[in-house]
Amino acid sequence: MNKLLTVSLEWMDARFPVSKWWNEHLAEYMAPKNFNFWYYFGSLAILMLVLQIVTGIFLAANYKPDATQAFTSVEYIMRDVEYGWLIRYLHAIGASFFFIAVYLHMFRALLYGSYRKPRELLWIIGMFIYLALMAESFLGYLLPWGQMSYWGAQVIISLFSAIPYIGEDLAVWVRGDYVVSDVTLNRFFAYHVVSMPLILAGLVFVHIIALHHVGSNNPDGIEIKKQAKNAKGWPLDGIPFHPYYTVKDIVGVAVFLIIFLGIVFYMPEMGGYFLEKNNFFPADPMTTPQHIEPLWYFTPFYAILRAVPDKLLGVVAMGLSIVVLFFLPWLDRSPVKSIRYKGIIFKFALFLFVVSFIGLGYLGMQAPTPTYTLLSQILSLIYFAFFLLMPFYSVWDKTKPVPERLTD
Amino acid sequence: MKQLRYFATVLILMALHTSAQAAGAGPALQTANTDVSNRAALQEGAKLFVNYCMGCHSANYLRFQRVGQDLGMTDDEVAQYLMYTTEKIGEGMTIAMDRNDSKRWFGVTPPDLSVIARARGVDWLYTYMLSFYTDPARPWGVNNLVFKDVGMPHALWELQGEQQLVHKSVTDDKGNIHEVAELELVGKDQMSPADHQQKVAKYEQAVLNLVTFLEYMGEPAKLERQRLGPWVLLFLFIFLIVAYLLKKEYWRDVH
Repeated sequence: MNKLLTVSLEWMDARFPVSKWWNEHLAEYMAPKNFNFWYYFGSLAILMLVLQIVTGIFLAANYKPDATQAFTSVEYIMRDVEYGWLIRYLHAIGASFFFIAVYLHMFRALLYGSYRKPRELLWIIGMFIYLALMAESFLGYLLPWGQMSYWGAQVIISLFSAIPYIGEDLAVWVRGDYVVSDVTLNRFFAYHVVSMPLILAGLVFVHIIALHHVGSNNPDGIEIKKQAKNAKGWPLDGIPFHPYYTVKDIVGVAVFLIIFLGIVFYMPEMGGYFLEKNNFFPADPMTTPQHIEPLWYFTPFYAILRAVPDKLLGVVAMGLSIVVLFFLPWLDRSPVKSIRYKGIIFKFALFLFVVSFIGLGYLGMQAPTPTYTLLSQILSLIYFAFFLLMPFYSVWDKTKPVPERLTD
Repeated sequence: MKQLRYFATVLILMALHTSAQAAGAGPALQTANTDVSNRAALQEGAKLFVNYCMGCHSANYLRFQRVGQDLGMTDDEVAQYLMYTTEKIGEGMTIAMDRNDSKRWFGVTPPDLSVIARARGVDWLYTYMLSFYTDPARPWGVNNLVFKDVGMPHALWELQGEQQLVHKSVTDDKGNIHEVAELELVGKDQMSPADHQQKVAKYEQAVLNLVTFLEYMGEPAKLERQRLGPWVLLFLFIFLIVAYLLKKEYWRDVH
């Protein structure tokens, strides 16, 4: 039996680099040995991507992208399709958990300077994944064809019309109609199930190739590739990804699934944060809901949009709030990568940033009042100040010396 | 430490948000305390729904057969007690009323109620059904505290009786006088307190049963997911233990 396997592998290897790839990306990919809690979320994001694709296939097999049938077909999935309710919940709540994983993954990069040289491109590819993911979830949110699906899409697409000269035409071009309609639903379905998943899968592939080319960062922000090698040819603080991190990530998967499936089985609506109440009213173009808000993962940017009194400038501010992230590798000029060796100024700035991001996320869910608008404006300023002042305070910050070896 | 602070902030903000929502929307809602695993309540509720609601409201996404299976009724019982106009057990709970006619009669087509409990919430529905009162200015002679100028007549009035809006002056601790609007049964004074209380309690129970059925109807899978949930989580906990021990074994030689 063993001999048969060896012969088969040799046969394969002569024709396709199976062993080479396995070694390069798993068995001989050297990872720092001190990955902590924050390092689970990359593999968890991949898990969610796979889950979304698999559940998505089953949903697409039963869903009808037609304005007169879409809402009904979702309820048909929830009631008449075998385990349709489970597949639909996994997909809808999975979207929120995908964002949770991605946000924590990005926050890890902020903590440990994982965007710094030589990982600038890795970070930028990651930002493109984040953009694609936002587009993907926005497109998918129209499909249940509830009131929030409809009016959320109406509001967001109308943002294009704020662009001078071409805005109105551009919005019509995106919708395929003068208002969100069956045409819009049909094309959003196409983008959601074909274009965006292909783009996402491609970007994730490139992201991993880039990561394995430069090597993983770590909580100390030390380059293990520069270290001397031990007897096995490993960097002193490196261990092969497989089996060490494969078995460790499986533990992370188990904990993550317990939380995720706990919500799927016991509180799928999550108090309206994961499934909005208003989206159980079928889309009605004649009735505008009193209060239109996106799902939680968009609300920080939505709050920035509303904080600016002018529509065009609001759209610009919202756009910049995401664009600025692309420049992070060059905004941070600290001599050290990791927060462990950064000084009090950076730590305080990061704390304020977290407060502003969560605060904006909260305010984006509320109906606007003068106090909330003022608060959004203050938090938006903090948000931008964190990035735009970084070239200065990251230099002024008193850093600690970085050791040669990993500390834990 | 920072991580903990981060999560604590999220939790606090979420809590604030929920309470802000509760306070924001109209009059305070009463808590229904429904229990969708209570079959007796579901069966009573189904009977009320079929008798009092289905004249105008459909529940297109729910099939009679499914109701029977989930509520512990045989197909024959379903046919006898719940199906008045429908022929086949596998059909949805549809109605014969024409959408355009009903729009002319009520000003708005009575909505399909399949997922109404998920859209409005059970507490809203419960309070709504308790909040009709006589208002001669309205076409059907009734108005509603939770849904002002609603187009719907009080379908359950024969169970509840008529309610009227009474304005009372209430003096609070600081001696300020507030005007409050309350609902009370017409003819309350002619009833003994015990009779009155019994009549109110009986109606509240009927509404609770109805709302429980509406909640079930909004998500029949709820019964199934609550049955399946513990097993899935049990498996995952065992899986976690195995995964953790495996990790520990592999990592023995690191550090």
